[in-house]
Amino acid sequence: MASLIQCPHCGARPKEEFSIKGSAEAERPAPDAAEDAWFEYVYQRDNPIGRIEEYWQHTSGCRRWLVVERDSGVHTVYRVLDATAARSSE
Amino acid sequence: MTSQRLKSGGLIDRNLPIAFMFDGKPYQGFAGDTLASALMANGVGLVGRSFKYHRPRGIMTAGSSEPNALVTVGEDGRTEPNCRATTVELYDGLVARSQNRWPSLGFDVGEVNALLSPFLGAGFYYKTFMWPAALWEKFYEPMIRRAAGLGRASYEPDPDHYEKCWAHCDLLVVGAGPAGLAAAMTAAQAGARVIIADEQSGPGGSLLSDRREIGGAPAPTFAAKISAELASMANVTVLSRTTVFGWYDDRVFGAVERVQKHVSVPAADKPVERLWRIVAKQCVLASGAEERPLVFGGNDRPGVMMADAARTYVNRYGVAAGSRVAVFTNNSSAYCAARDMEANGIDVAAIIDPRAETPDYDGQARVMANARVVGTRGWRGLTGITVQRGGEQETIPVDALLMSGGWNPIVSLACQRGAKPRWSDDHVAFLPPAPSDGMRTAGAAAGIASLGNCVQHGASIAVECLSKIGIAAKPFDAGPAEDEPAFSVTPLWHVAGSTGKAFVDFQNDVHTDDLGLAVREGYGHVEHTKRYTTTGMATDQGKLSNVNAIGILAEVRGTTPGDIGTTTYRPFYTPVSFGALAGAHRGRHFQPVRRSPLHMWAEKHGAEFVEVGHWYRSAWFPRSGETRWRQSVDREVLAVRRNVGICDVSTLGKIEIVGRDAAEFLNRIYCNGVAKLPVGKARYGLMLREDGFIYDDGTLSRLAENRYFMTTTTALAAGVLSHMEFCAQVLWPDLDVRFTSVSDQWAQIAIAGPRSRDLLKQIVDDDISNDAFPFLAAGTINLMGGQLSARLFRISYSGELAYELAVPASYGEAVANALMAIGEPMGVTPYGTEAMGVMRIEKGHVTHAEINGTVVPEDIGMGRMVSVKKPDFIGRRMLNREGLSGADRLKLVGLKPVDPSDDFSTGAHILNPGAAPSMAADQGHVTSTCFSPVLGHHIGLALIKRGPERIGEQVVVWDALKEQDIKAIIADPAFVDPAGERLHA
Amino acid sequence: MRYSAFQIFKNALGGNTGWKPVWREPEPKPKYDVVIAGGGGHGLATAYYLAHEFGVRNICVLEKSYIGSGNVGRNTTIIRSNYLLEGNTPFYELSLKLWEGLEQDFNFNAMVSQRGVVNLVHTDGQRDAARRRGNAMRMHGVDAEYLDAQAVRDMLPFLDYRNARFPIKGGLIQRRGGTVRHDAVAWGFARGADSYGVDIIQNCAMTGVRRDGNRIVGVETSKGFIECGKLALCAAGHSSHVAEMAGLKLPIESHVLQAFVSEGLKPFIDTVVTYGAGHFYISQSDKGGLVFGGDIDGYNSYARRGNLATVEHVMEAGVAMIPALSRIKVLRSWGGIMDMSMDGTPIIDKTPLDNLYVNAGWCYGGFKATPASGWCYAHLIAKDAPHPVATRLRLDRFRRGYLVDERGAGAQPNLH
Repeated sequence: MASLIQCPHCGARPKEEFSIKGSAEAERPAPDAAEDAWFEYVYQRDNPIGRIEEYWQHTSGCRRWLVVERDSGVHTVYRVLDATAARSSE
Repeated sequence: MTSQRLKSGGLIDRNLPIAFMFDGKPYQGFAGDTLASALMANGVGLVGRSFKYHRPRGIMTAGSSEPNALVTVGEDGRTEPNCRATTVELYDGLVARSQNRWPSLGFDVGEVNALLSPFLGAGFYYKTFMWPAALWEKFYEPMIRRAAGLGRASYEPDPDHYEKCWAHCDLLVVGAGPAGLAAAMTAAQAGARVIIADEQSGPGGSLLSDRREIGGAPAPTFAAKISAELASMANVTVLSRTTVFGWYDDRVFGAVERVQKHVSVPAADKPVERLWRIVAKQCVLASGAEERPLVFGGNDRPGVMMADAARTYVNRYGVAAGSRVAVFTNNSSAYCAARDMEANGIDVAAIIDPRAETPDYDGQARVMANARVVGTRGWRGLTGITVQRGGEQETIPVDALLMSGGWNPIVSLACQRGAKPRWSDDHVAFLPPAPSDGMRTAGAAAGIASLGNCVQHGASIAVECLSKIGIAAKPFDAGPAEDEPAFSVTPLWHVAGSTGKAFVDFQNDVHTDDLGLAVREGYGHVEHTKRYTTTGMATDQGKLSNVNAIGILAEVRGTTPGDIGTTTYRPFYTPVSFGALAGAHRGRHFQPVRRSPLHMWAEKHGAEFVEVGHWYRSAWFPRSGETRWRQSVDREVLAVRRNVGICDVSTLGKIEIVGRDAAEFLNRIYCNGVAKLPVGKARYGLMLREDGFIYDDGTLSRLAENRYFMTTTTALAAGVLSHMEFCAQVLWPDLDVRFTSVSDQWAQIAIAGPRSRDLLKQIVDDDISNDAFPFLAAGTINLMGGQLSARLFRISYSGELAYELAVPASYGEAVANALMAIGEPMGVTPYGTEAMGVMRIEKGHVTHAEINGTVVPEDIGMGRMVSVKKPDFIGRRMLNREGLSGADRLKLVGLKPVDPSDDFSTGAHILNPGAAPSMAADQGHVTSTCFSPVLGHHIGLALIKRGPERIGEQVVVWDALKEQDIKAIIADPAFVDPAGERLHA
Repeated sequence: MRYSAFQIFKNALGGNTGWKPVWREPEPKPKYDVVIAGGGGHGLATAYYLAHEFGVRNICVLEKSYIGSGNVGRNTTIIRSNYLLEGNTPFYELSLKLWEGLEQDFNFNAMVSQRGVVNLVHTDGQRDAARRRGNAMRMHGVDAEYLDAQAVRDMLPFLDYRNARFPIKGGLIQRRGGTVRHDAVAWGFARGADSYGVDIIQNCAMTGVRRDGNRIVGVETSKGFIECGKLALCAAGHSSHVAEMAGLKLPIESHVLQAFVSEGLKPFIDTVVTYGAGHFYISQSDKGGLVFGGDIDGYNSYARRGNLATVEHVMEAGVAMIPALSRIKVLRSWGGIMDMSMDGTPIIDKTPLDNLYVNAGWCYGGFKATPASGWCYAHLIAKDAPHPVATRLRLDRFRRGYLVDERGAGAQPNLH
């Protein structure tokens, strides 16, 4: 993992100010979606080597949730977006 | 022992003698000496013993790659094993001891291992000690453990302290030798923010060991001038005694500064070591090059040392490696060492060079081309060498042999993030990988040979680095450097046909036969060879040995060193103390402390405190005459049940929630319905995780239409807030809702017991009669004639008539004092978390002991709370899985002993009567226990298979750890007031 | 060639030139009954037990690098069976029993050393959890003892009893727990498997899986196509990656865990000790280095390197637990890639494909499981039925809700 994360609100900050939740690859299914969709969302992971999207929160900063796009193989961070903005732009 | 100190010369201060001890004997050195140079100056050649064969070993290098001269420095809590004598700066009163020898360094019984060496080849221990099996742990292994290891650590606590810091710069320069100084000057003159770090006591690197001129001055003078200039510039930080040990992601570097390791008594106001976390926009790695040993029989004899180290000792410390020396080299650089020896009046008997064509040499020494050293003489010190030339052997008496097998650029940092070094046939060395992520190598670390070229290269690499971050710079011009002959080298991985063991890894006693054996047995992959023979796994991490091992493997396997490849480079470049990496986070300061706003109040009333996460919570309040905690707790419980008590509950998580959609949001967060909660009311709420299991519980109070106040458990205060922020920002950004943690803003006091209202109404202005403020009422009230606005919640954890009063944190102590003063005539009793725990068990209320992350609402009797009407809430869908509703799930019940005098413990398991213990027979376990002073016996809560169906059934509470079986009856979890009448009183 | 003191003696007299290769370096055959993807500890153990116990010998083990290059070669070498849940305890106890007889079984000294494993307890809650765990172990006949504060102090006098932020209140000890020389485990299983004719093929990466409907036909490798009767995935750390080649998605994330070794010291600590107030565990190897580690770094990663902040956390916890560590120097850190499953428990199961098997999700506990993992996986492959101690380690337990969650942390792998 990169040592620094570029928070869209606070600038480049040490990774230790942030906490990670996990994969942001799947969106939460609709409440009435098929059981399978829920199982996939809660448990299954693509877990690729390469580009991934994750939820991180700037817990010791602005407390915004972020989508961090980074590389699981070489740890480069490509892009950090505010999660609300990232989700509404999809 | 004869002095080897020269009459003059060196950078030491001969006016400042320094007294020190080695193995109990007093010696004297000078300021500027290392322990190694001072020992050599005193004629001490035998300094250590090797790991496996206990061979006598001397000083081999003049720096951090030293494999042999390891000593223990310091005493008591400052004892530091495995210090390289070559990097220990001499200070007055320094005490050093040799290691891994018994009974003494001179006479070491372990030497017998050398005689047994045919039986102790690489990996011999994998093939034996297996029979009989029982003897391994009883005999073989204890014997091996006693024999293994190097220095002995102390168990005394370290009296010194440590600190950590961050630093940011445009350019980090690692190494303050010729290339590093030039790079730093280049950047400094361009106005860039520069940090330059060097592991030695001052900047200069190899310049300090050099006699040549550069910029019109001798090299050490040049170094001093440049360093002084750098140190004077506001945009430059010069870090001496600082090792950059690791390169982490992005351009974050870890470095350790040895602030006070070179002083007799560390000043108390400074750390002994400081950890630097350096964030650099660019980095120039100018870490220099390491000279390679040559691998020939007897190459470990004390007196055999690296040619460049001998040069350092003579030029920098004024110490001769010997009185009559020889040089064995396959490259041109050692000729400079020979020249410097001769310039200092040391007799150089011969330069032995395996090459047919040797460089020009204008000194006295006999240059022997086509020659090899094939053996050495002496035991505890070198007395002579055997040289083979053509078919002839010749013995040359010498007391030191300077060897040089070529140079390895020090590429460790550049390779720590996965890049591999590249083999170069021209350099006969691995060169650093291509520049990446702002890291570039310069000077000898990049394979550059001559002094002048290194300086120029350092400057031009700095210009390159700076251009990447938009800083225009001109290369620093150092002026001309003295000419030197072109560098030439021919590989010589080992001297075939030499006599005696030819060591590759000196400290771990790995010799050429071991490598051959490893290949023969199939461990020929470089990683297998390393792991099987332990080559490169000593405290020097193979700084001297790795490339030789690779060269030899390549020969044995008939391939090239590039094809063999290196093992992985990892932190730490040189070993770093736990102390430096831990910093101030030790002892009581390991983790921060949180104290409730009522801490002082509790302390005043004599509370015993207990650690709960970062908090200290008041556990009970002993009174005079109470000698056991139970006495206090029983008294507190009875006081609450019969009268009134007050308890500090400020550590609960407290979150304020506002917004137009707050009700809708909260309805999706809790599994029970909260949308219809009226203003002025509180409700118990249960949160699930998305996987359906219970996450946390607490209360929710509606203070106004769009304003709520939530409590969480102490443990999950932060977690619940983050969870809600995630849901609001990511899952449902369309909802208008905001949160603030107000955990630290409110002091919260539970007032519980049948007389709690009587107490409270004496300070509350508002009407809090049962009609006006019934069970689960919540709202803002005034205290003490309008002096203070507060919040009051009629909620109960104890099961009694009870309230929780929240006041601004800074008023907490005053309000608690007022309650105590006003309540004194009533006998108000402060109670702690233990009494609270007893009462919640008596009442059957759960904590994280029950809701342990594997429990669903149905398991704790709250299945009916789960809304079936709400279209969505966190955890709704996964809760329906068959495994979460199976009949055999563990469910919450109470437990009481059949014999009221019996006592059982939390963590005991449940068996059916007569059942033999087995996992299949396991019926569940006890989650909480206490002595109930109301009931007069022990009770417990338990999670038991199909528990609620089995109320009244007798079971066995099985506690093997206590060797105890107790008969108990499964009961309703609410032991006290199951109908809940007291709550509503 | 059988290893013994006599063999060493005989060879020493012959100048040690008579030692034979521990394994062959064969070229792959066109077809095997079983192809095992992954030449780590578990893959090699699976091959060994398939051949040794279940008579399946037409096997190859594919390893993309050198054998033992994964987590068996980079861990903290601890073995123990101090588990809580019915799905785990019997499995890890089988493993510990196998460790106890392993060296005589495969004739290779892996230095199995039952020095004891102590888990320290600092709060009442931890004490209760330790007692629940200890009693669960005893229910299955596994050794466990609860030590009170004084007993811990007598056994480990060098812990901080003077100035601790979180005082030590007791500990749970499993005396049969201990350490093993990790590399030797891979080599011992490899040598044993090779002796039955198992082909161990190093530097051979699996690059694809050839399917015919619901059947695996064979695997594409860097050394060509290999046909197989059964394909057994055994590549923890990279499970998702190899499973994806067969079109399978797993409830697994890959995380990095760092471990450390200090400079060699004379005997300093005899047992394995786990801190309860921070992430830290430590033991001392027979060679003298202190071997220790902490928590996973916490984020998905396939890079075998970690973060400085985690390094600092580990050292802080270490010095908090043993103040005398302060002046001891750390030699080397390394990072391994963990298959973090969604409930913290591994998977040994068949898959929706007919002849594809999966062994994955070992989190940071795979090393101690090596023999039982190999044994149970071999049982499953040979008999198409799970071994009795591995019946809970199913792939469909997530979908059906039969989780085996020792920590109760839920479906967030970095919390396990």
